[in-house]
Amino acid sequence: MSVDTSEVRRIAHLSRLAMNDDQARDFAGGLSDIFAFVEQLDGAAIEGVEPMAHPLDAEQRLRPDAVTEPDRRDAYQAIAPAVEGGLYLVPRVIE
Amino acid sequence: MEWETVIGLEIHAQLNTVSKIFSGAPTAYGAEPNRQACPVDLGMPGVLPVLNQGAVERAVMLGLAINAEITPRSVFARKNYFYPDLPKGYQISQFELPIVGLGHLDIELEDGTTKRIGVTRAHLEEDAGKSLHEGFEAMTGIDLNRAGTPLIEIVSEPELRSAKEAVAYMKKLHSLVRYLDICDGNMQEGSFRCDANVSIRPKGQTEFGTRAELKNLNSFRFVERAINFEVERQIDVIEGGGTVVQETRLYDPDRDETRSMRSKEEANDYRYFPDPDLLPLVVDSAFIETVREKLPELPDAKRARFVEQYGLSDYDAGVLTATREMGDFYEAVAAGCDAPKLAANWVMGEFSAALNRSEVELGEAPVNAEGLAGLLARIQDETISGKIAKEVFEAMWNGEGDADAVIEAKGLKQITDTGAIDAIIDEVMASNPKQLEQYRGGKDKLFGFFVGQVMKATQGKANPAQVNERLKAKLDG
Repeated sequence: MSVDTSEVRRIAHLSRLAMNDDQARDFAGGLSDIFAFVEQLDGAAIEGVEPMAHPLDAEQRLRPDAVTEPDRRDAYQAIAPAVEGGLYLVPRVIE
Repeated sequence: MEWETVIGLEIHAQLNTVSKIFSGAPTAYGAEPNRQACPVDLGMPGVLPVLNQGAVERAVMLGLAINAEITPRSVFARKNYFYPDLPKGYQISQFELPIVGLGHLDIELEDGTTKRIGVTRAHLEEDAGKSLHEGFEAMTGIDLNRAGTPLIEIVSEPELRSAKEAVAYMKKLHSLVRYLDICDGNMQEGSFRCDANVSIRPKGQTEFGTRAELKNLNSFRFVERAINFEVERQIDVIEGGGTVVQETRLYDPDRDETRSMRSKEEANDYRYFPDPDLLPLVVDSAFIETVREKLPELPDAKRARFVEQYGLSDYDAGVLTATREMGDFYEAVAAGCDAPKLAANWVMGEFSAALNRSEVELGEAPVNAEGLAGLLARIQDETISGKIAKEVFEAMWNGEGDADAVIEAKGLKQITDTGAIDAIIDEVMASNPKQLEQYRGGKDKLFGFFVGQVMKATQGKANPAQVNERLKAKLDG
């Protein structure tokens, strides 16, 4: 499996990454090499092996339903670029 | 051409845990902006999600209530998209292995028949924050209090065939989550929201048509109206020679129409993958049994029991079990007056009418179950008639005391003393000699006139059955 530059551009756009033509070409080549490397796994004997969702053979621990976090808004907002009336401000997202 | 409508619903119910699904921040509604958003909810670097047991229990509860398979090992996945009210750049959700698998819900159609609707799946996920676009110069305000609130998304099979069926399904599910007490069901506050996938196809065709996804359906009425509008729109498009495009459309209740969101974004590609921050969620049979023990009596079972135990009609039992609160209220009234049918008539009649008139919820009603039972007991023991009881009820509703106090204060006690009734009848007969003569001459219809005169003379307090009986005896005697 290989990827072409248009696919790289689409993924870059979905990830909101800026990329020029040279970079797109480089990534298309590099990613194709990575896929080729990983594809060796297609040859592995996996019959009877359960698919894994996580590399650790462990189960999710649960937390009791209780409030443990105090209100520390001022501290969190001290490092935000812009706040007003308790809201975080970001560049307008709709026209 | 005859068209068939195909609808599938995706319902998001906010689970009523006190803390968030992956953090220990509170979930209470209506707090000041960002006072309930901790580093996990803010997507700060280096933080890790820890799953809330309360959210898992509620999801399992729903699964059991819709007879679904509970997935023994379910997996959380990242759904990637960029929006400022989603600070991590992904929503933690479930994709390939949701916690609740295939189940079903029975809905009742208008003709009284029952239809089974498949529930494809239900999965746990976190809610996003809120964007406020008004009031800032070229900026958008972000409130992350809601970010991380636990949701369960319940996806139906495309088995609903009309807007009415869709509403019946949604109401059934709404009632169910409230019975289970896993969601407050408050649609104004967004605790119970619905998206609808709507398509049409020629009747008899088995393949589905292209569907539109309708958003912003935050009331039962809007669901019905939006679907009806959308079906008409799609029929017009196809019959006009066009084709329906797959898209998301927003319902505008002010104009009663759906509009394309015309997003310039390319087709959604969420690039789901298992979240490496969360391990597989294992729900074993011991956990399931613990949850099963907490299940309350469910609406359908309660309805069947009401028919059986109280001798109510299926329809009445359905009305009285529409909400858990109503069912509990009815049972308290029935037990308090020992007259289940009378209790049913009053709860569905006078009492519900008063609730509607005063626009109050059941829990805030000025007459409680004990008060209403006390009134009905006075009808049962013939202290007052059903007609006088309505007057007493109104006084109780207006805060004039319990039934006995009102009956006493207003002197409404029914006259059951035969001697007293006879005396009044004699008086009425004496002062209406003409009518008496006509009656005895064969004009039977005048009997009603005499009943009216006696009731009038007693301000409606005479026992109606006794008046009838004594009057008959005296007039004919």
